[in-house]
Amino acid sequence: MSKLFNSPKIDQLGLIERAAKFKTRSIKKEAKINGLKLALSMIDLTTLEGKDTEGKVRQLCYKAMHLHDDLDVPTVAAICVYPNMVAIAKKALEGSGVKVASVATAFPSGMSSREVKLADTKLAVDHGADEIDMVISRGRFHQGDYQYVFDEIALIKEACGKARLKVILETGELGTPDQVRRASDIAIHAGADFIKTSTGKISPAATMPTTLLMLEAIKDHYQKTGKMVGMKPAGGISDAKTALHYLAMLKETLGEAWMSSEWFRFGASRLANDVLMQLYKQKTGAYQSADYFSKD
Amino acid sequence: MANRIDVLKTYKLYINGKFPRTESGRYYQPKGAKGESLGNICLASRKDFRNAVVAARKAQQAWSSRSAFNRGQILYRIAEHMESRKAEFVELLGKEEGLSSAKSKSKIESLIDRIVYYAGWTDKFQQLFSSVNPVASSHFNFSMLEPVGVVSVLCDEKVGFEGLVTAISSIIGSGNSLVLLASKNSPTSAITFAEVLHHSDLPAGVVNILSGDRDELATHIAKHMDVNALLYCGDDEKLLKELQTESANNLKRIIHWSAEDNSEEYLESPYRIQEFLETKTTWHPVEQIGGSAPAY
Repeated sequence: MSKLFNSPKIDQLGLIERAAKFKTRSIKKEAKINGLKLALSMIDLTTLEGKDTEGKVRQLCYKAMHLHDDLDVPTVAAICVYPNMVAIAKKALEGSGVKVASVATAFPSGMSSREVKLADTKLAVDHGADEIDMVISRGRFHQGDYQYVFDEIALIKEACGKARLKVILETGELGTPDQVRRASDIAIHAGADFIKTSTGKISPAATMPTTLLMLEAIKDHYQKTGKMVGMKPAGGISDAKTALHYLAMLKETLGEAWMSSEWFRFGASRLANDVLMQLYKQKTGAYQSADYFSKD
Repeated sequence: MANRIDVLKTYKLYINGKFPRTESGRYYQPKGAKGESLGNICLASRKDFRNAVVAARKAQQAWSSRSAFNRGQILYRIAEHMESRKAEFVELLGKEEGLSSAKSKSKIESLIDRIVYYAGWTDKFQQLFSSVNPVASSHFNFSMLEPVGVVSVLCDEKVGFEGLVTAISSIIGSGNSLVLLASKNSPTSAITFAEVLHHSDLPAGVVNILSGDRDELATHIAKHMDVNALLYCGDDEKLLKELQTESANNLKRIIHWSAEDNSEEYLESPYRIQEFLETKTTWHPVEQIGGSAPAY
């Protein structure tokens, strides 16, 4: 086996305990407000459902640009949609600075031929996607065919052209932390601009220990090569407090350089509303109700 | 076993079907009517209240979509369980309110009967308060009652445990969920009642009971945007006015039960149920103009 696929072993208990420590950080007042605003600016507002319509995508784009008109808040980082919705989103977001990310490569299962996956990617890029979220072939990975997984990521990266590539490992299907670390290393070496935990379609999605171990993989790569790779936990992060814990973990693992939407994203559909509710609570002093915030 | 040390019960909060300690870690030491200590009791914080409202909101819809008959069955089950722990309640109430055991027993028995009374009403109040309305157009017009949503209850010391039982049994029977702050002097009976609720098939989150300081929490309760109605049982005019002012932002309904009016006629009445209902009126098109005989 190539040395590339020989990733370090993970101390699972140590990882879990270390990740749990970040939950004890108390972030209040000014720091909380700044953290919440930073979190908002890192969100990939996501709609990935079979029932998505053009109207729903346009509505989501509007929300991306106008999170809350009564609060001084940034826009989200990007909208994340299926390839056939890219053109719609691109048009709706024109001039706003909000990027369009598209899932590709037979998302979410990735169970298709290489040709179809490349065509899927090309479709999204041609329609103007700024970012591509691909899934790895978990079946091949489990068969031990790491070279196949590596080559596939490299090919998709090539097909992306100028678009940045996020590689979804779907950690919930990888099993052990050792496997997650190996998949992270493969993705990073094959040219991923971001590594991403999950599709959001299976449980468990993003967890703090898994994210921490992927951050460690990024850190090791950075220390060896000086090349930065971004991180995107996705799925299951739905409240502001958890988002702040992730930011604390990011800062203490990778440092200040990663604290922007260029290098860190939250893949989430519900998180934005909870963060807005917390910010509004800070402003008015009253706990908020979901009734007063737009659903999509 | 002459030197046996009694095992004392820790009274904690009741939130989302669990008995957590207050997140604040604080406690207070209330005294019974004769000056003896009632123990170390959780002094709930505004965050405990917030968590309780989240639980109540989450539970409310499923609770209100249960059949009215089933809600009645569960209320009756609560009465059954209270009856089986009657001796304990008699003792606790005697301590808290300084009643003789005969007086305490008759009060507890009347409260058990009150729960049975409201259990009977769950599938009957709709017939009493709904109506078919005459209108001057070709519509069949009818009004139905729906629960108002999440109700918060504040109890003064004077109303004590009686107010608590009456409020819970009249409010949840129609499908509301609630967060109740027990009066400062009745935490032991209140939390024991929570244990009764807990093993009576009442879904988690429908009733949440906190113990603590009324004056500390009152404003936060009144200002909370996700609370639909607030019941104040007591006679502090200044507090009532403050509740009314603070609650204006989300047009929260404020209901006031005076401690003076503790007659059975007042506390056992379908109008106590009606206070926590919303009316929904439907205009259903029909072929006949109002006034002429219907075709069906």
